[in-house]
Amino acid sequence: MPIHEKSLIRPEKLVEHEHLVIEGMDVSGHWSTFIEGRSLTDYNEAMQDEIAALPGGENIHRCWQCGSCTNACTVNAINPEFNPRYWIYLIRLGMEEELLRDKDIIWQCVSCNKCTYACPRDVVPEAVMKATAHWLELKGHTPKSPSMIFDEGFSDQVFHSGKIEDSLVLRNFFKATGQPLTQPWLVAMVTGLIKRFPVFYLIRLGLLTLFHPKTKRWGKARAAIHEYVEECETANRKALGLDAKGAE
Amino acid sequence: MMADKKYKKVAYYPGCALESSGHAYNASTKAVGKELGLELVELDNWNCCGAMEVKNIDPKIQTYLSARNLSIAEDMGFDTVMAPCNGCYHNLKKAEYDLSHDDKSVEVNARLSGKAGHNTYEPGKVETIHALDWLKEAVGEEEIARRVKNSLKGMKIANYYGCMYTRPRHIFPEKDKGPGTESTAKPHFMDDILAAAGAENVEFPLKTACCGGAHALSDSDTSTKLVLNILTTAEACGAEVIATECPTCHTGLEMHQIRAEKVLGRKTNVKILYFTQLLGMALGLSANKVAVQENFSDSRKFLKEKGLG
Repeated sequence: MPIHEKSLIRPEKLVEHEHLVIEGMDVSGHWSTFIEGRSLTDYNEAMQDEIAALPGGENIHRCWQCGSCTNACTVNAINPEFNPRYWIYLIRLGMEEELLRDKDIIWQCVSCNKCTYACPRDVVPEAVMKATAHWLELKGHTPKSPSMIFDEGFSDQVFHSGKIEDSLVLRNFFKATGQPLTQPWLVAMVTGLIKRFPVFYLIRLGLLTLFHPKTKRWGKARAAIHEYVEECETANRKALGLDAKGAE
Repeated sequence: MMADKKYKKVAYYPGCALESSGHAYNASTKAVGKELGLELVELDNWNCCGAMEVKNIDPKIQTYLSARNLSIAEDMGFDTVMAPCNGCYHNLKKAEYDLSHDDKSVEVNARLSGKAGHNTYEPGKVETIHALDWLKEAVGEEEIARRVKNSLKGMKIANYYGCMYTRPRHIFPEKDKGPGTESTAKPHFMDDILAAAGAENVEFPLKTACCGGAHALSDSDTSTKLVLNILTTAEACGAEVIATECPTCHTGLEMHQIRAEKVLGRKTNVKILYFTQLLGMALGLSANKVAVQENFSDSRKFLKEKGLG
């Protein structure tokens, strides 16, 4: 199949002939796939600037489309549809409709930073992916992703107490996403531990539930962070031309 | 001579994970330090570094959170802070980098530090090191080899470093500086330390592969696939044990090893242990002392067979 990244072409634009003779030459088989031309008129000219205005999106303009990010990408290796190079290309051209075809997987970036390591132009594609996922949510194109729900729950705990306790993070996340804590693998994990060392484990679990770890004298830091977070939210919404949160 | 070695006494930043799911790493790190005559002084009233989550709310809050910890080290009179967790280590390094290169980060850090009422950290005051740097520098392979009581001889180990120990490259200016320094493409400090303890390190191509830790719960199917690939590759390379140096990687590997078995029906037998647990046992500490019983995966039978613990 001679067309590289064929999955990026809309299926209805692909024309494949089983038998094809052009000017007396039989080109059946390998050379008989064509892409129908199309003209685009609908560009979102603000998209690149908006994503660049969100934290992490700043360097998107530097991309020269070498593809090192996609080549290095952890998620691309298990899902070829996950293609940071292509998304950066679409954003830079303003092809919003094309980008939206992949809106439900962009949040799946695992932040391994292999792209950032490989990028010769310091685009920081990992951060661009996060900014893009953020943009999709703020614009209402996607619901809040599980990743964002997790990050917010985690950060709320940090902002509130200065520290986190990971079993609480887990319980809160499962609750927020409506997942039961009785999943077989989770049960197997905990019971294995309890069987080995029940007294110690139960005491520690009990103590952590009663006394969540916290940083002492954290009140002023908490207030300063909350104030800054609010400021960031307002700035982000403004950059995207949205009303202040809760204004509508 | 021992006297000229650096890092004999350093500030210690365990971080949140080492107080809960990664407690075994905390216990074994402290036990190894004690055994080797190194002093760790825990940062007074530290806070979370922001892990991998806070930066997605806003990266500059993460810079502030990490900088607050660095300012505590400075207040306590230390010029070095040791963080065994890759996430903490990475974020403290990143704060150092951002505060040296980005005016906006400097401004936000000064503002938040001022309002919170503590010293504003300025770059260049405190060096952040990983537990691997600490043991390699303060003790070194020769000294470790001399002090080994139960050699790890014959134990085949795949050394797994994960993402945040080497990426992105620019926040680790001391790496990739030629012989003796750590490599970001093919890290070897853990290999060196465990080889000195007698282990047989296998050639493992996924040393810096990603376990999907950031989405261990929020996209667990992806994480399970990534972890299963790491586990099966380690086994294919002949490893009996995967040595870890990060609580997120460690718990991720253990969690998704169980999940791969329960959800995908793919069982793997490779053991998962912190490198400090392996080193501690080689130095003669018991399995209990290095908290092997606190791991989610059960390696006790395997370790007995190997004459450890």
